[in-house]
Order: sequence, then C-alpha cells, then structure tokens
Amino acid sequence: MNLIIVFLQKAIAQGIAILYGANGEIVTEKSGNLNLGVPGMMYMGGVAGLMGAFLYENSVENPVPFVGMLIALICALVCSGLGALIYSVLTISLRANQNVTGLALTTFGMGFGNFFGGSLSKLAGGVGQISTQATASAFRAKIPVLSTLPVVGEVLFSYGFLTYLFIVLTVVLSWFLYRTRKGLNLRAVGENAATADAAGVNVTAYKYLATLVGGMLAGLGGLYFVMEYTGGTWVNNGFGDRGWLAIALVIFARWRPLNAIWGSILFGGLYILYLYIPGLDRSMQEIFKALPYVVTIVVLVITSLRKKREDQPPMSLGLAYFREDRG
Amino acid sequence: MTGAKEPLMHIVKRDGVSLGRAMLVRLVALVFALLVCAAIIFGLTGMNPLNVYAGIWDGAVGTNRRMWVTFRDAAILLCVGFAVLPAFRMRFWNVGAEGQVLVGAMASAAIMIYGKNLPSWALYALCPVAGVAAGLIWGVIPAFFKARWNTNETLFTLMLNYIAMQLVSFAIVFWENPRGSNHVGLINSQGKEGWLPSIGTNSYLLPILIVLALMVGLYVYMQFSKQGYEIAVVGESENTAHYAGINVSRVIIRTMAISGGIGGLAGYLLATGVGHTISTGLAGGRGFTAIVVAWLGKLNPFAMLLVAFFLVFMEKGAIQIATQFSLNENASDILTGVILFFILGCEFFINYRIELRQHAREEVKA
Repeated sequence: MNLIIVFLQKAIAQGIAILYGANGEIVTEKSGNLNLGVPGMMYMGGVAGLMGAFLYENSVENPVPFVGMLIALICALVCSGLGALIYSVLTISLRANQNVTGLALTTFGMGFGNFFGGSLSKLAGGVGQISTQATASAFRAKIPVLSTLPVVGEVLFSYGFLTYLFIVLTVVLSWFLYRTRKGLNLRAVGENAATADAAGVNVTAYKYLATLVGGMLAGLGGLYFVMEYTGGTWVNNGFGDRGWLAIALVIFARWRPLNAIWGSILFGGLYILYLYIPGLDRSMQEIFKALPYVVTIVVLVITSLRKKREDQPPMSLGLAYFREDRG
Repeated sequence: MTGAKEPLMHIVKRDGVSLGRAMLVRLVALVFALLVCAAIIFGLTGMNPLNVYAGIWDGAVGTNRRMWVTFRDAAILLCVGFAVLPAFRMRFWNVGAEGQVLVGAMASAAIMIYGKNLPSWALYALCPVAGVAAGLIWGVIPAFFKARWNTNETLFTLMLNYIAMQLVSFAIVFWENPRGSNHVGLINSQGKEGWLPSIGTNSYLLPILIVLALMVGLYVYMQFSKQGYEIAVVGESENTAHYAGINVSRVIIRTMAISGGIGGLAGYLLATGVGHTISTGLAGGRGFTAIVVAWLGKLNPFAMLLVAFFLVFMEKGAIQIATQFSLNENASDILTGVILFFILGCEFFINYRIELRQHAREEVKA
C-alpha cells in the first residue's frame, strides 16, 4: 500500500513537467504548427527562471520566497516566449520549414539552458551546486492541513502550486478549445487555414498567439522541473528527454488536453516503473525505460488504423499557410 | 483607388531566382548571423569578436590533425544527411536518422565484440553488412505503417530514436568494460579487430572516401534512375503516382530501406572508424543536424556537402573558443542555433518578394 502511494506520488510529480510541455504543444499544433522546439523551450524556461531567482537571492540579504517565485515565473515566461517568437517569425511570417526550424530551436534552447545553467555555478564563485532554496521553497510549499491527511493527502495534496495551477489551466484550455468561438476558430486554422481565412479568421494572429502561449506553457514545464522537482538547482542535461516525451504525450492524448492529464500520470508512471518492479536487473531496467515511447507508437498506429476523424492530427499540421498560393 | 482597402504590402512568390542572387542572399544572412554571434560572444566574455573568429578558424583547421578531424566529421554528418535525403525527396519526414545510426552502430559493435576471433576479411565484411541491415530494418518499420495505414511518420520515427537509445543502453550492460562502469570503452583496443583500416598512416581518409563515393552514387540514383524518378513523383503527388501506375507503398518502403540503410552505414562508420565504441551519445544529435543539412542543401548532395562542412567547421571552432576562453562548451550550440535561424529565415527572401501597394508608390512619385 505504502509503495503504491509513493509510486503514484512520484508518477504524478514526473508527469507534470511533461504535461505542461504537452499542453503547450497541443495549443501550438491546433494552430497547424508542429513545433519540435518544445524541448528547447522547456530548457529556456527552466534556466531563465532559475537565473532570475538566483540573481534575486544573491542580491538581497533576506530573499522573500514569494518575490523570488514571481521573478522566476516572469523570467521563465518571457524567455520561453522569446523562443516561441523566434519559431513563429521564422515559420509563420517567413514560411521556413517547421520541422527544421523546430529542431534548430531545440539545439539553440538546450545549448542556452546548459550554457547558462552550467555557468551559473561559476558565476556563484564556486564549483559546487548552485541553489535557490528560498524560491524553491515557495514552489514546493504544500497545501496546509490537507496535505497531512493520510493517503488522500499524500496522493492528492502533496504537491506545489504549479501542479494545481496546471490542472486548472488544462481544464480551461479544454473548455476554450471546444466550447468557445475563438477555440473553434483556432481549430479551424489548424485544420484548413485557407477556409478559416475565407471565413474571416485572422490566421496569422491565431498562429502567432497559439504558438507563443504554447511556448510559454512549455517554459513553465521546464520551470516546474527545475524549481519543484529538483528543488532549485541545475544539472546539465538533467532534464533528459522529457521534452520529447511531451511531444509523445500529445499524440497519446490524441490532441485533447483532458486526456493529457491522465496520460501524463501514466507516462510519469511508465517513466519510473523500472524502479518499482522488484527483481529487474540493470539490462531489463533499460528496456522498461523505453515503455513510454513504445506505448506512444502503439497509440499512433491504433489511431491511424481506426481512422476516427476526431482522433487524427490537425489536417494542415506542419504546413505553412500562404494566402497568395491557394488554388 | 476607392472601395476595399488594399493592404500596404503583399507577398509574391518569385518565379525563379538566379543562383548568384540566391547565394548573395545567403551570404548576407550569414554575415548577419556572424554579427549577432559576435555580439553574443562580446556580451558574454567581453572579448574582441575578431579574436574569437580567429579562434574558430584555428580550432577547425588550425593544425593538420584538426583539419582532418573536421573533414572526417563533416563526412560523417553528410552521410547521416544522405540517410534523410531519399526520404525527404519523397516528402517522408524521416526524423529518425539518430535511431537508424544508433542501431547500425550497435550491430557493427556487436560483430566487432562477438566476432573478434573471425578471420579479418570476414570481420571487415560482416560489420558493414550488419550495420546497414540494422539501420534498414529500423527505417522500414515506420515506412511499413505509413504505406499501409498512413501512420504519421514524423512522430513514429521520432519515437523510434528513443527506443534505439534504450536498446543501446540495454546492450551496454552486457558489453561494458570494465564491469560496472556503464561504458563500453574502446572495443578491441589491443588488436584493433574490425577497426576501419587506415590508408597509409591516415586513419581519417577512408570514411571520407566512402562517403564521397556514396554521394556520387546517390546523386546518380536520384537523378538518373527509374527508381529515383519514382521517388520524385511520389513526393510531388501521391495521386499522380497512383495514376501513373507507380506502386506507392512499394516506393515508400523501398526508399525508407535505402534511407535507413545509409543511416546504418553512418553508424557503422562511427562505431568502427571514429569512436571505436558504442554509447547512446555516439550519434551525438547528428540525426537531427542532418535534417538541417539536407534541408539547407536543398536536397542536393553537393550543396549538402558545403552545409555539412560549414556546420562542423563552426562546431569545432566554437568548441575551441569555449575551451580557450574557458566558456562552457554548450556555447557552440547557441551559436549554431543563431546561424541556423538566420539561414532558415533568409530562404524567404530568395523565394518571395514583398511588393508595396501600387497607389502607395504612385503617391510617392507625385
């Protein structure tokens, strides 16, 4: 029982970072942009938040956790938003190829993260780990009273505010996409931009906004990882392949934010499952670590087999829209 | 002009651009990119950017050995670029070259390890065969599903990369040397069984020659063979291909077999000719950089050669200045990223031109 509770807790904690990235990518892909720069933007958001908090904590005597948290949030949003802006300008206005631009953004973002993250400890004047404890404590603060409940408290109420913020954001996002006029417009842009354009939807504005918001959400995922998951430190490449898992989760969730919530918990669970199965030797552990990707491929194949229309990727995903080009 | 308001400017596709003009645009973009990089370097280090660029030159081709390493690594990157080229011609987004390279390298490494006592001719023959076969299988899997059920290949091949990485991690547990280190280390470091041979004393030359031969072969295949033509038709329009009696499924699977096989070959070169080991990082992101190479090279093998060389040149140079000025070596990724952004963006000015609205111009005249 205890083990199951710990496993669930860890699975959820693992899943949240992936969930942020995945929902960011869902918004982006709904506008027809396949942004493979998600891993890069997650690095950018994470390191910018960390740097902001670090500079703040180093410049005042008694850092206030709440202020550090605000600074970290703003830095993360601005920096990952800038990453998404580069992608948007290149693919939407200049019509560069989306796959190539996204990969370039990932190269850039990961370099950016590892460069500044790795240089921070040098900046601090020591070789040791840098830490932003005060700020991280704000991110890690648990809900009082509720989190002390047995079982329920441990599984449901033992996380920092970003987790709950995100559950709320996901529900709002789902409502926006499927219950509002603007959400309908956005989906129309992703399905067939020419038709949306003819119906008077400002395709460029929707694509820009969706990609920017998507990038910022991905950045928050990186910030979550750095602040809450690792407690305000940086390890180069410590973020691992979670950015790609986020893209996998988008497929798994079949482009629906609500599916992504339980999908992220499942992915988080699969990601750490190897630690909880007794009797696995090292070689089998490595095989188990491939599970999230195998599951994603299975889902991808099944959705293409069933050909259900609502389960397919947005129709014009990956294609640039050129008004003067329509036939 | 009355009635509906004409937008201030609109964008027109160019019919065709002379090569010289296209090159000029790219050159200007490159200059801008280098200027921005210089600003970044100056901002971070306060060093004179000119010194830094001299450092890049020195790091890439400053000594004889460095020059050969740069040439060889460019050839390897180019080879991985060729692994995505046929697929891209067909508009099949193979972002799985990283995985295809890894399984190829793993298969070659397996032969080197388990076939250590084979006669050397057998070892030399088996390593590339195993590498190419492994890459080929890894490439055909997503192609089969694409051909059969139109499964999205971008996402499928992307996922396969990580499964390949885990397979390599799995194999490392059995092959690690010394035990418990989680590293394979140099394979057959004593007798160099299965290592790609040196030509004379030059151990860099053979992989380069193999890739150059591949370049010519691929060019001829894509440009002058019936199969190459079929690939181009399927890429233009699957319906047209159906109409012309081309078996689209077969072309997709065959082309991805070629792409995957070339990826496997690159893996073979990496395992037996460059690293002489196997690790999850052996491909080192080349599978992704290769996409950039293929795209910026306009899917032309010879143009890809230039792009691959340039990227490797910048990377080697950036690593050199990073150590020289004790920066973190990830600075090179930032610089590469900036350069890529500019080059990707400049294609717009080659393919399109911006026209101001007509009467606005007349007003200016009046």
